Amino acid sequence: MHKSGGIQDYDWWLLAIAFSICGVGTLEIWSATHASYLAGMHKHQLEWIGLGVVLMLLLSRLDYHLIMDQAPVLYLIAIIALIAVLAMGHSRFGAKRWLPILGGLLQVSELVKLIIIVVMARFFSEVRSDQLGLADLVKAAAIVGLPIVLIMKQPDLGTALVLLPLVAVGAFLAGLQWKHSLAILALAAVMVPVGYHFLKPYQKERVTTFLRPEDDPRGAGYQILQSKIAVGSGGFWGKGLGHGSQNQLGFVPVRYSDFILAALAEELGFAGVFVALLLYMFLLLRLVQNAQRANDRAGMFLVMGVAAVLGFHVLVNVAMVIGMMPVTGIPLPLMSYGGSATLFVFLALGLVMNVRIRRFVN
Amino acid sequence: MAISLQNEKRLPQGRLAVVSYVIVAMVALLLFGFWKLQIVDSERYAQMAERNRVRSIPIIAPRGSMLDREGRVLVDNYPSFSVLLLRDDPAQVEKSLPQIADGLGMTLDELKQQIDASKAMPKFQPIVIKPEASPSDIAFIESHRSDIPVLEMLMVHRRRYPHGDLLASAVGYTGEVSAEQVEASDSKLKPGDTVGKSGLERQYNETLMGTDGMRRVIVNSIGKEVGRLEQQDAIPGKPIQLTIDYDLQAIAEADFANKEGALVALDGRTGEVLAMVSRPTFNPKDFAVRIQNAEWAELNSDPETPLLNRAIQAQLAPGSVFKIAMATAMLESKAIPETYSVYCPGYANFYGRTFHCDHAHGNVDLHKGIVASCDVFFYNVGKMLGIDLIAKYANGLGLGRRTGIDLPGEEAGLVPSEDWVQRVYHHKWYPGSTISVAIGQGAVMVTPIQLARMVAAVASGGTLIQPHLLKNQTGLKTGYFPISDDTVRQVTDGMWGVVNEPDGTTSGLVKLENVDFSGKTGTAQVESFDHQNKTGKKLKENGWFVGLAPRRNPEIVVAALVQRGGWGSTSAAPIVRDVVKAYYAKKAGPLDRQYTTNAAQPEVLAISKKDAAVAVTQPER
Repeated sequence: MHKSGGIQDYDWWLLAIAFSICGVGTLEIWSATHASYLAGMHKHQLEWIGLGVVLMLLLSRLDYHLIMDQAPVLYLIAIIALIAVLAMGHSRFGAKRWLPILGGLLQVSELVKLIIIVVMARFFSEVRSDQLGLADLVKAAAIVGLPIVLIMKQPDLGTALVLLPLVAVGAFLAGLQWKHSLAILALAAVMVPVGYHFLKPYQKERVTTFLRPEDDPRGAGYQILQSKIAVGSGGFWGKGLGHGSQNQLGFVPVRYSDFILAALAEELGFAGVFVALLLYMFLLLRLVQNAQRANDRAGMFLVMGVAAVLGFHVLVNVAMVIGMMPVTGIPLPLMSYGGSATLFVFLALGLVMNVRIRRFVN
Repeated sequence: MAISLQNEKRLPQGRLAVVSYVIVAMVALLLFGFWKLQIVDSERYAQMAERNRVRSIPIIAPRGSMLDREGRVLVDNYPSFSVLLLRDDPAQVEKSLPQIADGLGMTLDELKQQIDASKAMPKFQPIVIKPEASPSDIAFIESHRSDIPVLEMLMVHRRRYPHGDLLASAVGYTGEVSAEQVEASDSKLKPGDTVGKSGLERQYNETLMGTDGMRRVIVNSIGKEVGRLEQQDAIPGKPIQLTIDYDLQAIAEADFANKEGALVALDGRTGEVLAMVSRPTFNPKDFAVRIQNAEWAELNSDPETPLLNRAIQAQLAPGSVFKIAMATAMLESKAIPETYSVYCPGYANFYGRTFHCDHAHGNVDLHKGIVASCDVFFYNVGKMLGIDLIAKYANGLGLGRRTGIDLPGEEAGLVPSEDWVQRVYHHKWYPGSTISVAIGQGAVMVTPIQLARMVAAVASGGTLIQPHLLKNQTGLKTGYFPISDDTVRQVTDGMWGVVNEPDGTTSGLVKLENVDFSGKTGTAQVESFDHQNKTGKKLKENGWFVGLAPRRNPEIVVAALVQRGGWGSTSAAPIVRDVVKAYYAKKAGPLDRQYTTNAAQPEVLAISKKDAAVAVTQPER
């Protein structure tokens, strides 16, 4: 049996960075909503953060090897939950993503992300050779493929895509061969136009307006353009907290959630964004460092799974805010308002802590 | 699991380092993106943000007007101004509030309440803080354009009722759409829209309501208009032409001054409603702007129920008018020989109770029974027919069910039957109740429009027209309850006698020269004799008269109800006569208004050619 470490073994630096991001996020949620009918949102966010910390500590106590032993069962639960949400979930904004659990609505795909991190870590840690074979690569793709298809049916393209970097980073660390990666890239190049054909009309529209937003400043290109205006008009120092006219007047869409960085960029300027992005960089680097010091490959894959998902969130969300990527509805970890998303990040950090406190165990 | 410990512990440090570099590169790339937007192109975006202060000012679509059958305006609109508050600069709004409240003659609390109520709307959308701006309000806004830039004026169209409360109950009123209506409208309606709340305004809301447009103006940071974006024009609502004849309506309304009750005049062949009165009524002008809560509560709690359209919603005992249904039942069912007669000593005993008659009529047959309205004759007819036969014919003639008129909220009334008593009171029908029902008392309840339709049906061999107010309406449903020619002849001759024979109940008071005018009186007790004896008070009876001309296949059928008016012959019959007389006078030639005592000269409004062209889209049938 493994012996776990004490309180001093937690990664206090990682926690400090995470709390800093939460602090900045909560402040901006308050600033963006305090003068509107949404006022008071930041308090809810604080409640979610509090609950998240508790869940993180609980999850860190349960040896990750025990969790990974249950990977097949967890995978089955994830698939059943995804089918359940399609069959009887709650619709909001035209998509079925929520299941009523414990008196609230749980966004099932957040839970699924967590489970797939565990499942992929188990899968890659069991690959025996230093070089990842083609058969293993195909197996990994199949394991992730099923939930991706189910999530895309909701439809939630953004969350479905989040599972891809999990395979990519895992395969890379498991010894992906160059010839395979080139083959995958070639395959992707062929698949993208085909996949585009299967997108829902609104998703296609998002892609086309992303490519040429100025064509349609009143329609779907509106969100990207408004976000860019808010960011650009912020300048170096920003307009000051509570004084960003673009987000305060409601031009920036969901300024407290997916587009919170646009609100922050407008009010705190490039200086504020610089600090926020450095915080994310440190968070991700700290995760890699934890992986490097993990006690075994299983722990390393678990931590890097978390890093892959969080890194992808940051990349896609931030790139969307500045118009470098289309609108996908992926929140910014720990900053965007939202219960399920916040809980997911803290649970994921719980897995990291789990690996961290067992790094010296033999 | 058979994995070597060696392999399990060995981590791909090289590749992990690569991931670190990728992370740093990614953040650098994103920061570059921000640097380009916020430092390099900052100026350009700042200008766009400035330009982004776009104000959307709605262009309100006028509601369609309502015209009478000859194209005269009954309801239209007048332009007016609402005061808008622009909320994109909360600090400026906050600062100006006391000054605004003072300038517009409102209290600060009122103003704050209104702002609170619309806080869920995006701040760049202005809100209405005063629906009807007075000239001094407009002057205030104009003179403070520079120091109170948050006020704006919005042109709106308000309902104008050139004839006051004429036809008010049928026209109904408009008001702000309710949250439930918005929900149910499939996003056709939005909060703040004006919709028809009752009457024709509600029935034909979809036609009458236009689609609001939108003017988008660009304002600079101090709220001054610096340019215009695209303008979306409002689509005005379509006018509707009604079957109402303004002249007849005005005469009927005038006759009902200070009275309580209702009147319906129908074209007996088509079901077109020529006039419809309900009194007391409301002044629709009170609803044209935004009705004050106090006024609304008063209208709703008024015991005289001014919001009720009594022509279709008052459910009352028909009194002796019901004898038309009884006579038809007697002749058509053939349960009683048509030569049946009875001696009337002024009362009769049934089931151990004495039932009164108006006076001793002597020997009475069916014709005299109708003409002199002898209760004793119909008590006996009712006893012989039994309640279920009575109910069959009353129902067949359209009593106790809705006529299907194109107005919301029509009541069904009630014709009692054995089934009904069993269902509602869970006991057997008391035969004694049949005696009361036979003279239109007891449980039987009808609406004025049902009585008008019934008389039209009897006089035309059983054709049940669908009354309607929209002219050139298609898809009307005509019912048919066949009545033999002989029955039609006998019953209508009886009604002719009521008006024209010496012993008719109207005593010859409402005869018309050269018009085949007939009818039937009714005088219905408001409460039972027992109740009167107990309370010692006697409320005056409800007076009814249903008139028709000519007596067969009538062109015009008029039902009038004067509540607490006493005898139908003196209260309701003269009003019906006035309307029928005016109808024939109009047919003969241009109407001069000398024949009624107190009908005011109506102001007839010219209507624009465009309105008339749109209104008459279907050819006359």
